[in-house]
Amino acid sequence: MPDHEGNGHSIIAKYLRQDRLPHIWCPACGIGPALNCFLRAIDKSGLDPDKISVISGIGCSGRVAGYVKLDSFHTTHGRAIPFATGLKLANPELKAVVFSGDGDLAAIGGNHLIHAARRNVDMTVICINNFNYGMTGGQVGPTAPYDVRTSTTPYGNFESPFNLPLLLYASGATYIARWTVLHLHQLENTMTEALLKPGFSFVEVISPCPAVYGRMNKEPEGLDSLKSYEKRSIIKNGADPKDVGITQNGPIIVGKFIDVDRPTLHTNLAVVAERAKKQVKNS
Amino acid sequence: MKLWRTPFDHNHSAEPLAYVFIDRERCKGCGFCAEYCPCDVLKMGSELSSKGYQLAVVKDGDKCLACGFCELICPEFAVKLTINNKVHSEIKS
Amino acid sequence: MTDNGHLSGEFFINGDVACAEGAISAGCRFFAGYPITPATEIAERMSRRLPVVGGTYIQMEDEIASMNAILGASWAGVKSMTSTSGPGFSLMMENIGLGVMLETPCVVVDIQRAGPSTGLPTLVGQQDVMQARWGSHGSYEIIALSPDSPQHMFDLTVKAFNLSEKYRVPVLIMSDEVVGHMSEKVVIPEISAADLIYRKMPQIGSGPYHPYKADESLVPPMAIAGQGYRFHVTGLTHDESGYPAMTAAAQDRLITRLVDKIKTHADDIILYDEYMTDDAEIVVCAYGITSRIARYAVKLARQQGIKAGFLQLITLWPFAERRVRELASRVKTFIVPEINRGQIVYEVERCSCGKARSLSVPHSGGDVHKPETILAAIKECHA
Ligand SMILES: Cc1ncc(C[n+]2csc(CCOP(=O)(O)OP(=O)(O)O)c2C)c(N)n1
Ligand code: SF4
Ligand SMILES: [Mg+2]
Repeated sequence: MPDHEGNGHSIIAKYLRQDRLPHIWCPACGIGPALNCFLRAIDKSGLDPDKISVISGIGCSGRVAGYVKLDSFHTTHGRAIPFATGLKLANPELKAVVFSGDGDLAAIGGNHLIHAARRNVDMTVICINNFNYGMTGGQVGPTAPYDVRTSTTPYGNFESPFNLPLLLYASGATYIARWTVLHLHQLENTMTEALLKPGFSFVEVISPCPAVYGRMNKEPEGLDSLKSYEKRSIIKNGADPKDVGITQNGPIIVGKFIDVDRPTLHTNLAVVAERAKKQVKNS
Repeated sequence: MKLWRTPFDHNHSAEPLAYVFIDRERCKGCGFCAEYCPCDVLKMGSELSSKGYQLAVVKDGDKCLACGFCELICPEFAVKLTINNKVHSEIKS
Repeated sequence: MTDNGHLSGEFFINGDVACAEGAISAGCRFFAGYPITPATEIAERMSRRLPVVGGTYIQMEDEIASMNAILGASWAGVKSMTSTSGPGFSLMMENIGLGVMLETPCVVVDIQRAGPSTGLPTLVGQQDVMQARWGSHGSYEIIALSPDSPQHMFDLTVKAFNLSEKYRVPVLIMSDEVVGHMSEKVVIPEISAADLIYRKMPQIGSGPYHPYKADESLVPPMAIAGQGYRFHVTGLTHDESGYPAMTAAAQDRLITRLVDKIKTHADDIILYDEYMTDDAEIVVCAYGITSRIARYAVKLARQQGIKAGFLQLITLWPFAERRVRELASRVKTFIVPEINRGQIVYEVERCSCGKARSLSVPHSGGDVHKPETILAAIKECHA
């Protein structure tokens, strides 16, 4: 008889709020596979799940907080990172993971994103990049490539997107990786590494949104997007972040781009706290 | 699976490395598992689920190598892979 | 200074510093803020004091971040505070609403200056008091206190933390530039554990934890992150389990409780002070810095034989509705001086139900009322 011990779905059962299924995401949405990887990464990381908090903003991707069987906070649009910063600083024993979308993290929350990276606050940020605002019906977002069609760029996007790894690199993030939802084993490993990395780690997940973005950009089925990723993806670990910008039909460079060490906010705060106590004692 | 000769351990390994189970209530017919199973174990069937989605089905369970990709890529958490630990431990020993 | 870093004794400090010390005494161990006149001194004091008492100070990238950071800290189980002034207060609004919805204890200090917009950054105003009540979208109740001196800043900050922990709601301290910047004697008492309130926690082993299941107090016990409850909370309308519940019925159940948990405890929350109201025909109603001038004007009126009295609103929200109603049934006129073009006066008018007249003594800000202005209004009503 088959033995259930150690199987993937028993890991899923441990960390997924199965009572909340079916989830709200559209058929063939990429958020599910990304969440699946995340749940396995939690298990693999060996971190105490009782000490992990997942904080999300608003958006389809932001609904992840409601499906993880962990302490989880569904906050406001763009504000997951500062919420997580407060949580982590107030109790450094906690592991803070922000799981949200490209619009949430890089548009309305863009300022928080770069500042959290600059501070090197101990936190993992997972960004579902589906190149648009899925939840509100497919408007243009901060990562939408030039010329793509969205519900608010009916004649083509006339703006240029953020290259998120470059933005995060410039801001000081110490771990930066990108995979598509086709690179799931890599994504799982990357997420595990990111969870265990001290300081600010950032994982970008290129993900299909067939319901709105795909429909408007000749990828009406989720599979169309996956096949496009399959064709366009090039694995380049260690690639220079300035070379990994994404265009409408060009290559999608994936891999682990940055993995460096730098004192975290928490180590620096501890130094200052010691200094403060000494100074007050002597005065 | 068609074999050109009977392997010595055929009696044991005739059991697949893993069993793939598709939750018919959860499957929404995206086709990800069928398209990206490296061993062509799964395919899209013709049957519709109670919600009207085209269901994925196990076409050739014997070919499963237990890579788990179907489980990972399913957006609905509808695919469950049960590793056959007996066969796995025999392979190891 | 005591071992735990608390000050006690007599100090000559300004209102902002007294507020910071009140927070430390109340057990606040997390502060996130963004510099803004005239509230900056609170942040500066906290940056100096918190590391010494084992707390954390952080300057965030803006007030939106600051507000969210204190919510996060509170969910990690630490009493938290932020301080700001008008422009920053406006930025905090959306997430004050999140604090209300997640029922998160925390304290927000607004050292009011004159607006709108950048207005008079260094000069006094009392123009955010309606924003305090209604500034975030949706229907809700909140608690707001209004101190009139550095001593009051200390005392009310301790009170604010206690109320926020007890009722699981953000508590606003609606101070102003003059109170924040004036230096006076402040007596800091030895605060014992008995003076402080901590949020109710779930009882371990009392069955599955529902983050929003309340008893008759209407205030649910609050788990914090890392205790193993693995709870979910959301700014979406939710049921007792904490999960989203997208129906009008769930909305009604939740919002009714959020409103009632404050309203039914109004008597416990509302503080006011009175002076010579027993036989008063005219009652001057004021709050914050203006109450000091109003009290003096009433004293002058009494010297001139006018039956004037004074009602100081210490709790602005929930409004001291019952007391104003009682007074309205026997006084002729309420005079409401405030450093805005008329805000609280409308509340007074509403609660007087046409039984007493309400007269606004507005001020555009940048300065406080002159006692003579208020006295003149009293005399006008008396004539
Ligand atoms: C302050 C505010 N502005 C706007 C919205 C509306 N809104 C909800 S989700 C969303 C965009 C989400 O996009 P993204 O973060 O990319 O998530 P996705 O849905 O694509 O996963 C917007 C604009 C909001 N909830 N709050
Ligand atoms: S709108 Fe797009 S991102 Fe949102 S659930 Fe549907 S497919 Fe996923
Ligand atoms: Mg998006």
